[in-house]
Amino acid sequence: MSLWEYANPKKFMDWTGPVLVWVSVLAVICTSVGLIWGFFFTPDDFRQGSTVKIIYLHVPSALMAINAWLMMLVASLIWLVRRHHVSALAAKAAAPVGVTMTLIALLTGALWGAPIWGTYWEWDPRLTSFLILFLFYLGYMALWAAIEDPDTAADLTSILCIVGSIFAILSRYAAQFWAQGLHQGASLSLDKEENVADVFWIPLVVAMAGFVLLFIALVLLRTRTEIRLRRMKALQSRTRRA
Amino acid sequence: MKALLLRDLRLAIRAGGGFGLGLAFFLIVVVLVPFGVGPDADLLSAIAPGVLWVAALLAALLSLDRIFALDYEDGALALLATSPLPLEGVSLIKAVAHWLTTGLPLCLAAPLLGFLLQLAPQAYGVLVISLLIGTPALSMIGTFGAALTVGLRRGGLLLSLLVLPLYVPTLIMGADAVRRAADGQATTTPLMLGAVITLGSLAILPFATAAALRVTLR
Repeated sequence: MSLWEYANPKKFMDWTGPVLVWVSVLAVICTSVGLIWGFFFTPDDFRQGSTVKIIYLHVPSALMAINAWLMMLVASLIWLVRRHHVSALAAKAAAPVGVTMTLIALLTGALWGAPIWGTYWEWDPRLTSFLILFLFYLGYMALWAAIEDPDTAADLTSILCIVGSIFAILSRYAAQFWAQGLHQGASLSLDKEENVADVFWIPLVVAMAGFVLLFIALVLLRTRTEIRLRRMKALQSRTRRA
Repeated sequence: MKALLLRDLRLAIRAGGGFGLGLAFFLIVVVLVPFGVGPDADLLSAIAPGVLWVAALLAALLSLDRIFALDYEDGALALLATSPLPLEGVSLIKAVAHWLTTGLPLCLAAPLLGFLLQLAPQAYGVLVISLLIGTPALSMIGTFGAALTVGLRRGGLLLSLLVLPLYVPTLIMGADAVRRAADGQATTTPLMLGAVITLGSLAILPFATAAALRVTLR
C-alpha cells in the first residue's frame, strides 16, 4: 500500500468521484461566504472607499495563479520521474484554470488601479511578472494543443514547464531590477507584524480557502474528463480495428 | 564536435538565405522604427537601446526553426543521436553554430544601426559588449525552443510564442545596460547579471534540449 496506488486511473476515478462532490460543495460555501461577507458586510476603507472590496477577488485569484503553475511543475516532475499518466493529465487540466486565475488577477487589479493609482496599467514589476506568467501559460497550453501523440505532448510540455519555471522566476527578479514598484507589499504574511485589519482579514482568508478548494475541484473535474476522453479514444480505436 | 560545427557553419553559409536574412531583417526593423514614431532625434536616441535590443532579438528568432528542422527531415538528426557524441553536445554545438551565423553578425552590425537611431556616443561600446554577452543566451534558449517544436508540422509560430517569454530576462539586462551607458551611469551590474543568465542557460539548457530531442526521436 503506497500513495502512488491512487494514481492508477481506475483507482483515481474511484476515489475522486465522492471527493469531488465534497470539495465542490465546500468550495461553493467558502467562496460565496467569503465574497458575500467581504462585499456586503465589511466597512469601507477610510481612504480607498468601497474599491478596497475588490481585494476579495484579486488576492485569492493571484494566489491561485501562482500556485496553479507550482502544481503543474510538481505534476510534470512526477510524470517525468514516475510516468503516471494521471499526473500528466492533471498538469494539462490545471493550465486553463491557472490562466483564468491570472486573467482575473490582472483584470481586477486594473479595475482597482484606475481609481486608486489613476491608471489601468503600470509597468510595475509585479504587474509585469503576472503578464509574463500569463504568456507562459499560453505557450504551455499551445504546446499541448499542437502535439497529437499524448505521451510526446506530456513529455515536451513537462520539459517546457520546468524550464519555464526557472525563467519565470528569473523574469520576476529581472523585472524588479528593471523598474520601481507601485504595487504595495503583501497584504497577508505569516512573518510580519502589520497585516490587514481583522475586519477585512477574516473574510479574505475564507475567500482564499474558497479559491483553493475551487481550484482543486476544477482540476479534479477536468482531470476526470481527460481520463474519460482518453478512454473514449481507446475504445474508438478498438472498434475501428475490430 | 568540431566537424559538426564546421558542417553546420558551411550549410548555413552556402545554403543561402539563413545567413544574411537575419541581418537584413535587423536592418529593416531598425529602419522602420523612425517611420513609425517620427524622425525626432531626441525621441529616437531615447528609445534606441530598447529598439536595437528588441530588433536583435527578433532577428535571432527568425532563423531558429532551421536549427533542427532540416536535419530532422533528412534523418541526419537520428544519425547524430546514434553517434558517440552525446545529444547534449550536439545541442550545444547547434546553439554555437546559430550564434556564429546570427548573433555575432548582429553584434558587429549593431553600432552602425545605432548611428541611424542617434544612439548616444558613449553607449556604443556597451551596446556591442551587451550584445556579445546576451546573444549566446538567445541562441541557446532558441535552440531549446526549436527542439521542442521540431516534430511539429507548423512549429514556426508556436516556436516564437514559446521562446519570446523566455527571452525577457536577457532583454531586460541587455537593454538596461545600454540605457545606463547612454545616461552616463555605471553598467557593470546589468552586464554581470546578463552574463549570469547566459552562463546559466549554456550550463542547463543543453540537457533540456537533448531531453526534448530524445522525446521527439523516440
